[in-house]
Amino acid sequence: MTRATYRLLKHFPASWFAWLCLAGILMLPNFAQAARIGDVTQVDAWEQARLFFNWGNSYVRSQWIGCLLIGACCGLLGSFIVVRRMALMGDMLSHAVLPGIVLGFLWNLKKDPILLLVGAIIAGLVAVGFVTALKRTTRLKQDASLGIVLGGFYAIGICLLSMVQRMQTGDKSGLSNILIGSAAAISDSDLWLIGIVTAISAILIFIFFKELVVSSFDPAFAKSIGVPERGLHYLLMALLSFAVVISIQAVGVVLVSALLIIPAATATLLTHRFWLVVVLAVEFGMISAVGGAFTSFLRSSLPTGPLMILVAATGFGLAFLCAPESGLIPRFVRRRAQSARIRRENSLKAIFHQLESENFSAERVDIADLVNRRQREEEDVLREIQQLAKHGFVELTGESLRLTDTGWRKARQVVRNHRLWELYLTHAADIAPDHVHDDAEKIEHVLGEEVVRTLEARFGEEAIDPHGREVPVASQS
Amino acid sequence: MTPALEVHDLTVAYRKKPVLWGIDLEVPSGCLVGIVGPNGAGKSTLIKACMGLLPLSSGWVEVFGKPLSANIRRVGYVPQREDIDWDFPVTVRDVVLMGRYGHLGLFRRPRKRDQEIADECLEHVGMADYSSRQISHLSGGQQQRVFLARALAQESDIYFMDEPFVGVDAATESSIINLLRELRDRGKTLFVVHHDLSTASDYFDKLVLLNQRLVAFGDTEDVFTTKLIHKTYGGRLTIMADVAEALNRDEGLAGVDRH
Repeated sequence: MTRATYRLLKHFPASWFAWLCLAGILMLPNFAQAARIGDVTQVDAWEQARLFFNWGNSYVRSQWIGCLLIGACCGLLGSFIVVRRMALMGDMLSHAVLPGIVLGFLWNLKKDPILLLVGAIIAGLVAVGFVTALKRTTRLKQDASLGIVLGGFYAIGICLLSMVQRMQTGDKSGLSNILIGSAAAISDSDLWLIGIVTAISAILIFIFFKELVVSSFDPAFAKSIGVPERGLHYLLMALLSFAVVISIQAVGVVLVSALLIIPAATATLLTHRFWLVVVLAVEFGMISAVGGAFTSFLRSSLPTGPLMILVAATGFGLAFLCAPESGLIPRFVRRRAQSARIRRENSLKAIFHQLESENFSAERVDIADLVNRRQREEEDVLREIQQLAKHGFVELTGESLRLTDTGWRKARQVVRNHRLWELYLTHAADIAPDHVHDDAEKIEHVLGEEVVRTLEARFGEEAIDPHGREVPVASQS
Repeated sequence: MTPALEVHDLTVAYRKKPVLWGIDLEVPSGCLVGIVGPNGAGKSTLIKACMGLLPLSSGWVEVFGKPLSANIRRVGYVPQREDIDWDFPVTVRDVVLMGRYGHLGLFRRPRKRDQEIADECLEHVGMADYSSRQISHLSGGQQQRVFLARALAQESDIYFMDEPFVGVDAATESSIINLLRELRDRGKTLFVVHHDLSTASDYFDKLVLLNQRLVAFGDTEDVFTTKLIHKTYGGRLTIMADVAEALNRDEGLAGVDRH
């Protein structure tokens, strides 16, 4: 538990950093663009920022609460969507509800959240029905079916929407933002709906958590222990469509699915405990939503939805680059460290070979001999020797060097790994002795303790390698 | 004594296309049963149908004299490894703990006792050192051992295992068969889908020879005969295959998934 808390804390600053970066980026060009669009939106960024954190203002407060809840709800459901490989399904649903929403508005020409919700759910159900039918009765696979239904429903929705916008009657406020989202359009009744849906999702997922996990990981097994796997699937789909509907006002139809997928995908890069994926996805979702609303508030001309997704994507990019295990940068650093280690080990091996060629009669090795033996530029060899000295493997004096105790042990170990592996290849795999050297050159650096011990047990303590040389004993100094 | 598993006139069809016809089986408890047959013979289908994972077109299945749903905790399952997304964010120990879920009601999180059982099971299959690894970092043999540990954690009396020997190294294969024998000696009944005829007669007490219908079931020495094996592997039942093809064409359903 404490370790998990530690990890949580470790990842939290990363995401805050993400949106702070973005806020910075968006504020810089403020000055550059002021001449063009500044006339329309002449706002002082700091004044706006101060306003955004003024919770006394009820309009600002409902934006905050709405965004936090939407982010949490999308993160929560998104983590299941991502591990169940239903990301495309989420995308399809979020586009397919559009005609339902517009029809819900047309019912009595008013933005009644309940009616919009009902319309959206009916449209969602019909769309899912179409996808299932297409998959059942044609040769089309899931992705193509999803694409067809997504496009068809979205097209209907757009047509209906532009028809509605041309009508002279009705209170259309907020409806025009439905494609790209506007957090400012969250009304009090919207807020209630958002709160209820988020609470229901959280409670149901809490109740069925372990059933949902096992049926996501291994559906057949889940069914075999009596978990109603189909039922849970439909439950998740229902919650997913609710989440899409409540998020549409703030995020917009086009990008809702990204708020489901990106925070959860970011979380899966950072941990391999599923409950932690869920916790992180909820956090990232909240940060993305509030961060997007904040930057939109600062610039007041940019739509909320795309900004939220930009924040989320920036977080993902950071995780992709910096995640401790799978991140690009840590992996690059690890690879660099490993190739440096391999270079050191090769230099040590050369020193050992030089000493061996003189039957270990001398303690010191001339650098000139080493250059000769390795057939490399003197400069390179010298640089590598300096690296060895830095790690305390050799002592350099003038034109010659001497292995320290640790250096001596390390050199023996590398040569030992090399020769044990050659032995193994010739004896166990029946590979000719003149074929094994190159392979051993690579393996010697990565042979684990355990494998070395197994090989030792197999070939005894004092062994002769396939080229007739003694395998150095590990413990002898 | 009530048989561990009784299957009566079991028929399974995928989209009107019969995969298994009229299977009758009565298996006493405490034996290690191999299910053998050519590709497409319906081996996996048989065990899935026995566990209620597939709808039956006809027939019934009883476990220890009761319908499956009444005895679901006495049935354990080891699915095929390829059916699983091994990148799923869970650790080895979490997977084994899933074996306890059948014993826990709603709301119940695994308790200390369940954790202990999971750890013992991991120890039993020699995977204790890997308990906090993410499952994608395991080799094929190790993944299979984790699945077996999960099955052990189920503490069931009947196990159905789908190709547990596929893609594992020789060492794992022999340790798995030893584990299965040990379970058998403790009175468990095990059904193992197996595709390797060369080891089938060594591994199993009883064999189910299957090719869309039950060719033979009995003690290994009685049914592992050239004649019966030939009958099992010697081509499909032509008329049955023709009928299935005809149905397929009529439905315009060529290319539907066959399992």
